[in-house]
Amino acid sequence: MKNGSSHSHHILPPRVYLGVGAALLILTAITVAVSFFNFGPYNLLVAMLIAAGKASLVALFFMHLKYDNKLYMTIFVASVVFLAVFIILTMFDTLRRDDIYDIGAGPIRDRAVMYDSVAVDSTITGADSIEAVSDTTINQSPGQ
Amino acid sequence: MAQATGQPHFLQHHFTDVEQQRESAKLGMWIFLITEVLLFGGLFCAYAIYRSWNPDIFHNAHVHLDIFAGTLNTVVLITSSVTMALAIRSMQLGNRPATLKFLITTLLLAAVFLVVKYFEYSHKIHLGQLPGKFYTFGGIEGTNPHIFFSVYFLMTGLHGFHVLAGMGVITWLIVRTQRNAFSAEYYTPVEMTGLYWHLVDLIWIFLFPLFYLVG
Amino acid sequence: MNELPTKSYLNDPKGLKSWLLTLDHKRIGLLYLFSIMAAFALGGIFAMLIRLELLSPGKDFMEADTYNQLFTLHGAIMIFLFIIPSIPAILGNFALPLMIGAKDVAFPRLNLASWYIYILGSAFAVYSMVAGAADTGWTFYTPYSTETTTSVISMTLGAFILGFSSIFTGLNFIVTIHKLRSPGMSWFKMPLFVWGLYATAIIQVLATPVLGITLLLLIIERVAGIGIFDPAMGGDPVLYQHFFWFYSHPAVYIMILPGMGIISELISVFSNKKIFGYKAIAFSSLGIAFVSFLVWGHHMFVSGQSELAAMIFSFLTFFVGIPSGIKVFNWVTTMYRGSISLKTPMLYALSFLFLFTIGGLTGIFLGALSVDVHLHDTYFIVAHFHYVMMGGTVMAFLGGVHYWWPKIWGRMYSELWARISVALIFVGFNVTFFSQFILGSQGMPRRYYNYLDQYQPLHAFSTYGSWILGLGFVIMAVYLVHSLFKGRVAGSNPWGALTFEWTTASPPPHENFATIPETTHGPYDFDKIVPKRTLTED
Ligand SMILES: [Cu+2]
Repeated sequence: MKNGSSHSHHILPPRVYLGVGAALLILTAITVAVSFFNFGPYNLLVAMLIAAGKASLVALFFMHLKYDNKLYMTIFVASVVFLAVFIILTMFDTLRRDDIYDIGAGPIRDRAVMYDSVAVDSTITGADSIEAVSDTTINQSPGQ
Repeated sequence: MAQATGQPHFLQHHFTDVEQQRESAKLGMWIFLITEVLLFGGLFCAYAIYRSWNPDIFHNAHVHLDIFAGTLNTVVLITSSVTMALAIRSMQLGNRPATLKFLITTLLLAAVFLVVKYFEYSHKIHLGQLPGKFYTFGGIEGTNPHIFFSVYFLMTGLHGFHVLAGMGVITWLIVRTQRNAFSAEYYTPVEMTGLYWHLVDLIWIFLFPLFYLVG
Repeated sequence: MNELPTKSYLNDPKGLKSWLLTLDHKRIGLLYLFSIMAAFALGGIFAMLIRLELLSPGKDFMEADTYNQLFTLHGAIMIFLFIIPSIPAILGNFALPLMIGAKDVAFPRLNLASWYIYILGSAFAVYSMVAGAADTGWTFYTPYSTETTTSVISMTLGAFILGFSSIFTGLNFIVTIHKLRSPGMSWFKMPLFVWGLYATAIIQVLATPVLGITLLLLIIERVAGIGIFDPAMGGDPVLYQHFFWFYSHPAVYIMILPGMGIISELISVFSNKKIFGYKAIAFSSLGIAFVSFLVWGHHMFVSGQSELAAMIFSFLTFFVGIPSGIKVFNWVTTMYRGSISLKTPMLYALSFLFLFTIGGLTGIFLGALSVDVHLHDTYFIVAHFHYVMMGGTVMAFLGGVHYWWPKIWGRMYSELWARISVALIFVGFNVTFFSQFILGSQGMPRRYYNYLDQYQPLHAFSTYGSWILGLGFVIMAVYLVHSLFKGRVAGSNPWGALTFEWTTASPPPHENFATIPETTHGPYDFDKIVPKRTLTED
């Protein structure tokens, strides 16, 4: 080949592509097979691990990341990392949004005079009153 | 301008050599691919959140997807990725007939994928297993079961759109290959399309278990 | 005496068609210049109308609904049509290949396509104006944006399309910077404006797709009612805000990072001194780009997001202050014992330092969770982001325009009128917006049509400021246009700068350089080289 551009053209033998394809099909069969067993909360984990394995095969061999300039690998991994950041930080909100309902109102000072009239027990302590109030009025069920 | 005589015709004037042009195209393509990752990423985020809020709905609804159709489509897409990779390899070796053969196979497999998807969608439409206010199906327990189908149609729809776009580009490649536009020295468009096609496959590799298997 | 080159990118080739189909990055930069300036003028007129209406409480001359539409249009146009593309698409397009000694950007056709996509997106935005302008605010928050009868779809579709333009520019710049640097230009010999554009481009390609999918979801939600943001159907409107701000907070750095790059050029050149802390400035750009992805929730402290998320986002927000501070200290140190020449670009750079510091520090107040709960959605926010965007980005942009103007056209503007204009803009800006800090801290909510009498004096003060500001821009438009015909010929290097773009003719030839320049010195080696200035003092 001319123009001095051939050195970076990494031509793989066909058996690599066919082998990777076969591996992908086998992994597909495995992930379908295991989906008929119930691992409880680990169902998702198992499926995602297998999918990640398949995706790595595609990226490394079909997309040549294994042989190409490592810059492309860096870019690709970085995008996945940023996506993970996006999802994880959002879920810090969505998974913990209902925490607000666990926070009950309570007196600021233990023995403030203004609370005496509404106190259930005249020898109220701070901790008790927080419980009393939150049990009766604030403890609603989450909205979602 | 500064080009020496004998520079190949496909070299654009602002590159100094073929290698620079090729690497630029490849880097540009990879950057395009990460924009695709982030584009789908928003929907993956939506999936994660709605699934975490409605685990029962997702479980009860996902059994209404056809695992056989999903598996078939996975096999089809993986095979099309293999043929795409082989098409690039053939062009690297300058084997134009083989390239054409593999590109056409890829195109046909993509069409099979969409046909399967079409039957799946029309079945869902028939049953009323649809997003939002279009949802009329009665067989799933829990409040707001349509959410699963909203996410399902959004993600597979966007993915299907990418398959369709890929088919358009592959058709263009077939025409160009036939017209002898590519050679062992210059096959950048084939290689770039291959990268795109593999990414489409890669995204499906995640969509398949998320919807059809674990739900 | 200098003379203009007979053949330059401006007149070779001739004809409208050669401009509309040009692949030359300099011409595409100019196409962007004219269209973005039109958008800026439009957004500016809306701003003046808003301020005029707010001169006194109650109705002055427009209805409340019109007012809602106007502030939405002002925001959407200024953000999506003006400030996001401004520096990268105009000055970046023009200067980047010149600064790294390349003949063009990596993908000239994609570059031209990005301009046409910009025009298409703008067309949708303009169509939205005539077809019952959106009144949601530029953030298009659900559920209101899915319910209002105004033309939300064409405006969001416009923003969606403009996103592609932004992505293409960013993609082009990253590849150009990686692959097209001239021989000998290592990463740490690149001008800092290039580093700024590089960090910006990273954000453009990583964040903009999320805006795309967000607006797409909004449009689908509005058209088809799939319920993904509708609480009545199990959806979540706060999720829209997460999606929106995952883009739109980093977008703030799409606006400011290239501006910071320009400031690095200006401060060094006009102090005639080597930049202090080159690597610190370069890496802090990347640092800002990275941190910018971790802080979006600070826009949502009162949205109902979880306490935990709010605390995490508040904590992470403070980290933005570190790289920003590094830059400001390095600029100030560069000026120390430099031989400072107070030309117009430098006056803009100094304005930037002053105004951006105020904008940045008030950002730290607002990033603090407890303070933000009080100041959220008040004029304090409005003042803060105008100090960052107008006081920061626009000042840097204007500094850059005045700095590269002689390179773009080969002619110099009137220094006297330029200085008058800087003075008016600086004073007008502070009068307009400093009063809004006070208004906000006193509780004046943003986006309100009416207000209590007690706020009237400061509102009036702010409106007077907008008139001074407007006058400054009108003067600028006049002397800049005048300079195209009557300006003194500037020569190749009027400022005595050391970066590559000043080694070629002004205006440069079609392929930028007669021979591709070799890097023999750093971009700011004023201690080693005394560049020859082609323009003597008046
Ligand atoms: Cu922010």
